Amino acid sequence: MSPDLLKLIFGRLGLESLPLHEPIVVGTFVVVALGGAALLGALTYFRLWGYLWREWFTTVDHKRIGIMYMILGIVMLLRGFADALMMRGQQMLAFNGSEGYLNAHHYDQIFTAHGVIMIFFVAMPLVTGLMNYVVPLQIGARDVSFPFLNNFSFWMTVGGAVLVMASLFIGEFARTGWLAYPPLSNIGYSPDVGVDYYIWALQVAGVGTTLSGINLICTIVKLRCPGMTMMKMPVFTWTSLCTNVLIVASFPVLTVVLALLSLDRYVGTNFFTNDFGGSPMMYVNLIWIWGHPEVYILVLPAFGIFSEVTSTFSGKRLFGYTSMVYATVVITILSYLVWLHHFFTMGSGASVNSFFGITTMIISIPTGAKMFNWLFTMYRGRIRYELPMMWTIAFMLTFVIGGMTGVLLAVPPADFVLHNSLFLIAHFHNVIIGGVVFGAFAGINYWFPKAFGFKLDPFWGKMSFWFWVTGFYLAFMPLYVLGLMGVTRRLRVFDDPSLQIWFVIAAIGAVFVFIGILAMLMQFAVSLLKREQLKDVTGDPWDARTLEWATSSPPPDYNFAFTPVVHDNDAWWDMKRRGYQRPLTGFKPIHMPSSTGTGIILAGFATAMGFALVWYMWWLAALSFIAMLAVGIGHTFNYHRDFDIPADDVIRTEDARTKLLAGAK
Amino acid sequence: MSRLKILALLPLAAALSGCDYVVLAPAGDIAAQQRDLVIISTVLMLLIVVPVMALTVLFAWRYRQSNTEARYEPDWDHSTKLELVIWSAPLLIIVCLGALTWMGTHLLDPYRTLGRIHAERAVDKSKAPLEVDVVALDWKWLFIYPDYGIATVNELAAPVDRPITFRITASSVMNSFYIPALAGQIYAMPGMETKLHAVVNHAGTYKGFSANYSGAGFSGMHFNFKGLDDNGFDAWIASAKSAGGSLGRAEYLQLEKPSQNEPVRRWGTVDADLYRLILNMCVETGKMCQSEMMAIDAKGGNGHQGLNNTLPLAYDKYARRGTVLGPEPTFVAGTCTPDAPQGQTTASIKAPTDFAPLLGAGLKRPSFTPLKSSSFFLGQRPKSDS
Repeated sequence: MSPDLLKLIFGRLGLESLPLHEPIVVGTFVVVALGGAALLGALTYFRLWGYLWREWFTTVDHKRIGIMYMILGIVMLLRGFADALMMRGQQMLAFNGSEGYLNAHHYDQIFTAHGVIMIFFVAMPLVTGLMNYVVPLQIGARDVSFPFLNNFSFWMTVGGAVLVMASLFIGEFARTGWLAYPPLSNIGYSPDVGVDYYIWALQVAGVGTTLSGINLICTIVKLRCPGMTMMKMPVFTWTSLCTNVLIVASFPVLTVVLALLSLDRYVGTNFFTNDFGGSPMMYVNLIWIWGHPEVYILVLPAFGIFSEVTSTFSGKRLFGYTSMVYATVVITILSYLVWLHHFFTMGSGASVNSFFGITTMIISIPTGAKMFNWLFTMYRGRIRYELPMMWTIAFMLTFVIGGMTGVLLAVPPADFVLHNSLFLIAHFHNVIIGGVVFGAFAGINYWFPKAFGFKLDPFWGKMSFWFWVTGFYLAFMPLYVLGLMGVTRRLRVFDDPSLQIWFVIAAIGAVFVFIGILAMLMQFAVSLLKREQLKDVTGDPWDARTLEWATSSPPPDYNFAFTPVVHDNDAWWDMKRRGYQRPLTGFKPIHMPSSTGTGIILAGFATAMGFALVWYMWWLAALSFIAMLAVGIGHTFNYHRDFDIPADDVIRTEDARTKLLAGAK
Repeated sequence: MSRLKILALLPLAAALSGCDYVVLAPAGDIAAQQRDLVIISTVLMLLIVVPVMALTVLFAWRYRQSNTEARYEPDWDHSTKLELVIWSAPLLIIVCLGALTWMGTHLLDPYRTLGRIHAERAVDKSKAPLEVDVVALDWKWLFIYPDYGIATVNELAAPVDRPITFRITASSVMNSFYIPALAGQIYAMPGMETKLHAVVNHAGTYKGFSANYSGAGFSGMHFNFKGLDDNGFDAWIASAKSAGGSLGRAEYLQLEKPSQNEPVRRWGTVDADLYRLILNMCVETGKMCQSEMMAIDAKGGNGHQGLNNTLPLAYDKYARRGTVLGPEPTFVAGTCTPDAPQGQTTASIKAPTDFAPLLGAGLKRPSFTPLKSSSFFLGQRPKSDS
């Protein structure tokens, strides 16, 4: 074929785009391809495709979508952590004239991919998954406000993840750092496809995140059961509400700033170029106006989880519910007033720097109040050290260190000496691992029995816990030390051999964390095998306090046969105390949304369009766009959007539960 | 938990036995003051962090389920007094820290000239500070000493106890200029100028580097900063002078091409205008300088005369821009007016005759004295004067 025709069809994608010269990538590809083929083969062999399509891919059930988000988060954690291990390995080896084992082209992609994946495709799905699963149950709703949109949001997030993963084997990923500052990320200095993968992966996933934010806000505002006033909502629902407000208010900024960057890269505008009056600093401002709230998007739900867990496992009402709620709201608002602290060192005046430094410190006041509230929830309680509570204690001890170093970095003159150093890296891993990741694990261990009807195995859970916690300290305390020695981030090779020992310790820590992750996977596998022993039929294995524990585990499709009525913030605790009797008769048909494949199809076309735009395959981009419009419009003519679960089915389900409950006593 | 803490302390214990904590033991007064702020802030925060951690461990232990002797009050969830304490304690710390921040940020503003050389000695006003122009290139550092007419790559020297004024810019992407022993960092950004004032108090050789990732050669983008006594500094200048060679526009354009792990280089003479041209992105002859563009913009565009200047502004050079869907770099070949329809270029461009700024109707024009030289057009961009 003529080169022109090839170019028309494949854009700039050619055989030379495949990273065949990188043995590490080729090796990874072989393993992934074999594993993928085995998985697909197994699915075909066991005839699971139909089941997966009908029951999972097309489902609009918030519980199943929540579980799929968690699976996505855990799968991407493996990829993001592989990047982390490679970085630790490189930095451990590249001393005394050694170049390590990664060239700059590969290493620079790895640290970029690590950041992007961990934030967007690990932390976000884990947090969104937990909110998706738990919030409707906690407020006594049957589903979210827009069930189809929920399915679509999930698949858009998957689409973004697929694009990032594709960049590993087809072309390359960005070599710019996870926020892709121009001018480095502009076409002049990053002419390859890496930054385009970055842009389109985040744009596709960003649509999902924004829509899911809108969905959950509507759900929390409109679908609460009778009696649940705002100030009777569980704290996790409150933090979810604030997080989703943050999402809806901040993700559009990310969308716009990436759109402007893509205009610069595709059509030659000059928003962030050096010439023609472009301003790269405008990008830095905009991306952090999104980026700082993003940190709170991640950590607020974790705060909610810790609140639920502390109160449940202390067997005690949450101390200072009202101040907890106000603290959350104050953090939500303040998170918009601090973005400049990410670039004190870009030459803002002293007054501007002081303003943003002090607003940042002010956030530590409500955060500190929350910490005390958890403390005084434990005070005069009866604390049961199940896994969720262990993660919570580890969080409380770890997070205060991260919070302290964070406030330190908010002092501009201190930031001048610590900005971009490994001290900063240690700080944000300290709060994100210590806060968000520990929170997600507390949440997984806490709500797993709700989702699957059996508890997670405590032995492997504890293994995972101790390896994670010690691994975290081993991996990141040395980075604090290195930061004080003036070592900066993203270096590939080092001159000073005296630093090596610290990188060795950090690498050992990373291996510990790796064992922790393996132990967690083991925990899932063992629990699945021992599910009969770990079974919980009561639906309330932790003697918990909020509504999600009032229904069976796993909950029926409709969540609650009768919509509960709430009289107290700890609604289920209150119901138990007042001798609540489960209704056994009077069941009615229940109105539910129907499954639809539109979400996954739309997201598939969106992903194809992203891929086409990365590679300049204009025909495919246009075709996918038209297909998206057609499917979207076509879906408006789908009138089979809901159905009624017949009363007989409800009766059968509820009777089965009645029997189980009787057997349990 | 105790096991965990001991593990956490191990590296710290090993650390105290002799590593180079340059951030905590710097050689310059500015960095020392920044270090003091780091330590004071940490101690202030430990006032609240240590009790919180202690209480966490205490409560976690005391109220464990098996300890049935501890009080259990499942419905106790509010105490106004406690609430006051838990909100006001962090508030008080932040009030102190905020005051410290406000003062420290203003006193240690990198744009602020130095008032003292170290804690006991004020600046000697009779001595002019050492001026150094810093340019971050892909991937090396260029230092120009305008007072001495020399330039170096990847080596910086300054006399002990003499204030240094850095003017900092970059040629292509963002870097951050950082010598931990001397003072905190500040970004080096193309087309923009940042400033840093610092002084080194102890002779010695210290590390300097870029603290912001800037591409493939970033790891090798470091240099030695030498604090020398006056004689040593004079000798260093003399050795650079004797290195000969001249750094002019053509040599600079060669130098700024991307290269990695550059050795130290010196030039005995340097184009006095070079730094200004780099900052204004017009080293290549024929390019319009940013300062000129801004001067034209400040005049409201200068009508037709301002229009044909878009071509010289194109800058991102060795990585020449050009996007797949974008137009070829364009410039205005001609203008279209009722007198000169489309396609016809105006025959000649006349110099502007009236420099007075446009003002609103009825407002008096201020008196206007034309500048003596062209330095208005060619001068620094306004930001750098502030």
